[in-house]
Amino acid sequence: MTIDKTIPQRAAKSGSNFDKNNGQGPGMNERIKQLRRVSVDTEPSLSIERALIETEFYKENYGKYSIPVLRAKTFYEICKHKTIYIGDGELIVGERGPSPKSVPTFPELTCHSVDDLNVLNTRELQRYTISQEEIDTYAKEVIPYWEGRTQRERIFNHVPEEWKAAYEAGLFTEFMEQRAPGHTTLDGKIYKKGLLEFKKDIQDHIDRLDYMNDDEATDKLEELQAMAISCDAAILLSERHADLAEELAAKEEDENRKAELLNIAEVCRWVPANAPRTFWEAIQMYWWMHLGTITELNGWDAMNPGHFDQHLEPFYNKESAEGTLSRDEAKELLSCFWIKVNNQPAPPKVGITARESGTYNDFTNINIGGVRKDGSDGVSEVSYIMLDIIEDLHILQPGSSIHISSRTPERFLKAGCNVIRQGHGYPSVFNPDVYIMEMLGHGKSIEDAREGGCSGCIEVGAFGKEAYVLTGYLNVPKILEVTLNNGIDPVTGKKAGIETGDPRTFTSYDELYDAFLKQLNFVVDQKVRVSNYIDRMFAKYAPAPLLSVLTDDCIARGRDYYNAGPRYNTNYIQCTGLGTVTDSLSTLKKHVFEDKNFSIDTILDAVAINFEGEEVLRQTILNNTPFFGNDDDAADDIALKVYNDLFAAIDGKPNTKGETFHLNMLSTTCHVYFGKVMGATPNGRLAGKSISDGTSPSHGCDTHGPSAVIRSLTKLDHTKSGGTLLNQRFLPSLLKRDEDIAKLSKLIRSYFSLGGHHIQFNIVDTATLLAAQKTPEDYKDLLVRMAGYSDYFNDMNADLQQEVIDRTENESF
Amino acid sequence: MSKALIFDIKRYAINDGPGIRVTIFYKGCPLSCVWCHNPESISPYAQKMYTESKCIGSVKCVEICPESALQLTKQGIVTDVEKCTLCGKCAMICPTKAIEMSGKVYSSDELMKIIERETIFFDHSEGGVTFSGGEPLMHHKSLIEILDKCAEKDIHRVVDTTLFAKSEVVLEVAKRTNLFLVDFKAFESEVHRKYTGVNNELILKNIQLLAENNADFIIRVPFIKGVNADEETVERMADFLSTIPWKRKEVNLLPYHDVGKHKHTKLGSEYLVENMEVPSEDELTRAQDIFAEYGISASVGG
Repeated sequence: MTIDKTIPQRAAKSGSNFDKNNGQGPGMNERIKQLRRVSVDTEPSLSIERALIETEFYKENYGKYSIPVLRAKTFYEICKHKTIYIGDGELIVGERGPSPKSVPTFPELTCHSVDDLNVLNTRELQRYTISQEEIDTYAKEVIPYWEGRTQRERIFNHVPEEWKAAYEAGLFTEFMEQRAPGHTTLDGKIYKKGLLEFKKDIQDHIDRLDYMNDDEATDKLEELQAMAISCDAAILLSERHADLAEELAAKEEDENRKAELLNIAEVCRWVPANAPRTFWEAIQMYWWMHLGTITELNGWDAMNPGHFDQHLEPFYNKESAEGTLSRDEAKELLSCFWIKVNNQPAPPKVGITARESGTYNDFTNINIGGVRKDGSDGVSEVSYIMLDIIEDLHILQPGSSIHISSRTPERFLKAGCNVIRQGHGYPSVFNPDVYIMEMLGHGKSIEDAREGGCSGCIEVGAFGKEAYVLTGYLNVPKILEVTLNNGIDPVTGKKAGIETGDPRTFTSYDELYDAFLKQLNFVVDQKVRVSNYIDRMFAKYAPAPLLSVLTDDCIARGRDYYNAGPRYNTNYIQCTGLGTVTDSLSTLKKHVFEDKNFSIDTILDAVAINFEGEEVLRQTILNNTPFFGNDDDAADDIALKVYNDLFAAIDGKPNTKGETFHLNMLSTTCHVYFGKVMGATPNGRLAGKSISDGTSPSHGCDTHGPSAVIRSLTKLDHTKSGGTLLNQRFLPSLLKRDEDIAKLSKLIRSYFSLGGHHIQFNIVDTATLLAAQKTPEDYKDLLVRMAGYSDYFNDMNADLQQEVIDRTENESF
Repeated sequence: MSKALIFDIKRYAINDGPGIRVTIFYKGCPLSCVWCHNPESISPYAQKMYTESKCIGSVKCVEICPESALQLTKQGIVTDVEKCTLCGKCAMICPTKAIEMSGKVYSSDELMKIIERETIFFDHSEGGVTFSGGEPLMHHKSLIEILDKCAEKDIHRVVDTTLFAKSEVVLEVAKRTNLFLVDFKAFESEVHRKYTGVNNELILKNIQLLAENNADFIIRVPFIKGVNADEETVERMADFLSTIPWKRKEVNLLPYHDVGKHKHTKLGSEYLVENMEVPSEDELTRAQDIFAEYGISASVGG
């Protein structure tokens, strides 16, 4: 990794990533305003506390215990010794670091160097502050121990040359080189069962171990013991907060706050040891599980409560009937939770993945609405409260999504569209009718599929029962680029793939496409091979006992979350750039092989020199080629073929857990990084420009409005994937009147009835975006929905900002 | 099968009637309103449109023109209209679509194919197809044919018209139309003539005729300060509309804007905007109040 030493210094206090004054809705009371202020004003910082506790523990104990027990005991040490925090006015308590917005490091996965820490402390965007003293301590206490022992080093020591060449060319990324497999979402069991009961289950399974006949019995014992220790750790953490709350209450002079603190203590004494009894306890219960799982390891995508409205609804109904909880009180407690999630920025990455996804967002995604286990509509009053909160709070995290099945009432969809209209980028919209079919196709039971949904961005899984691991993004246009150069990456001149023939000698489109397909299969095989290796590394060296307690059927199987413990075990490969690759193939098909307007040499020569001096050719391509997203079969048929061939290449490849890989079509922000490692493409896209995101059309190439985009997109069978992604940008002017909202809701219904998986809207205008680039300080609250999540426009680098501006505007119709 | 000259087809049209619609714009209009924001809709012939900002000076158009009518100047491509036969070859070869032909001939079957692509959106939103222009009634043969075809497929039909047409035609179209959007531009015939080029007696007669024949229609008033936004004019319009046997009694006020300007530049035509101004919020509210006094509900936009 190279470190850019020229990054300018910036004063710690100036400019946080959040809007400070605006964006507060009328529904926020003083407490929420104040907690929100603390959350948005505090600049993210790094905390070395977790690393110090862990390193010290490893130094003394490595080798004394089995790895699962070592991991659980490490987690216990952290819960026992970490600095704890109860802020003024807080009702829901607990932080991942010692205070809000303070992020621990995970040296067992990847250990930041002194240079890394310096860069993080000084870089312009996504900065994390850390003092010189702490950097010195890290250099002395942490770094020397982990050198050569991290997961990242294990992985990179193993990978074959072909993989390295493809990886370095940017043909794919690897999620697990920096963080643990995650994308984990909980189901409803923690609202019915406390950790003490889980411990009983664990003990039952320990008692039943058959050492005579089961050759895994000893391993299972170690894993189950580790799970029990992790339960103790989470309970201990809560008890410590109860102690602190009581201490603070004793000193508190304000009677109201004193009572609140005593309440907090009571809640923390009860959960997570026992099943929650109240709305408040239910939220705190989830929060302990959230904090626990993101403290024991650093899974990709924080943690998700799943169908949080459905889980909280029984508590809300009971207490409102009893008159012990008003709607406002429920909203206040939930707002406290929302802010808690916002207090936990993503742990910083280094190297290649820092360019991929530049965001503080750690991708917690609250699923609202949807269907219940029995297939009935899942919308409740709690769903509406959540929509109110999204509108009021206007903060980066957590992300939220509304789930619109054919049974979802129109009122809920419209309420969701009204929040979309505010232009905060949330919520995104999902179609349970389709994603349930996706999960059935992946072999889930109907009940488990219905309890599932989306975590992080757009990927689906069976909540609380599945490890669905995103392994990395596949740069599909780059595969074409390498094919067009017979296995060489034209950007570096190095070999990146296999020789599939000199395209200049190809005489038919089919010949070209076959070469692309060969290259594609080669690249996918490289990716799968190393993913499987990495999975075993996590199973062996970095088990996650608490996460295993929370995921069925890890306890019953006596196996870890990373070791085929869950009921379902999926590996996804996320394919990016369907629009770019389709349009490039369409260009070659039409102009070279069908109309013979240009020779393949003419186009490839122009591509090689980034169309310099070839503007007429480039414009002819841009304006006279069928492109994806316009309901034009000439292009859409190519997209369909590529999509089906991606499916064929990926789906069904075995993983190490007795199950298989599946296709996913999300991009997050990786399409920007992928564009940077590429030269020009035949569709007229210039070198370095971002490729298309998810399954969206190429930027600016969908010129027939959203209904044509939808028609193009739904020629693909979304149920073959584990998620597709469609970004649509709307100007506010398109959503002025209530009837416009109604029409937007019908557009969504139409997309979903045609089989669409997900759609998201950016409600902004170009003038606003340009103004925001010029005077960023005036547009701090400009939340933009990116590919699968929302981010602040000001927090994006120039490339990402340009990408947002370039997306097709659906101007006045 | 009859054919018609169409200058645009818009999908996800949300301002041309109920639900999500596809709008077909016929080319050619008997009126020539000075504020027209689709000036290419007026001529019933194909026209060439040129956008200088898109032009990269490839001169491919100059080379291909069989009449040598084009020339690259400092102002971009200039066409000698005397020589130009509107063959469209320059538009076809233009790499950037700086030159475009406005107006393409479609058969009703071709139009139906496009319309039917949107069926799912119509179904969900109770939308349909809107025939606009230009003036669709100028193309009544083609219009009636396609209205029948849409009716066969149960597609909701809206006709957006000036009603400047023979009354027989209006009645024939009315039989096949679910809803009319009728432009009502000025009450005084001489004012109407000044700004649109034609008198409005025929229009008023046809409005009356639609009402008497129980046709469903909404009146749309391009609301322009200096032309028809004064209280007296509004009152007269409202008075007239309150005397006809009209059930719906719904008016859309479309506040004047001047986005038409850049299109006139493209066509090389002039944009006469003497005395025309954007109406104020107050004037809009006042007009709504006046209509309300006559039992007519007037909304802004539509």
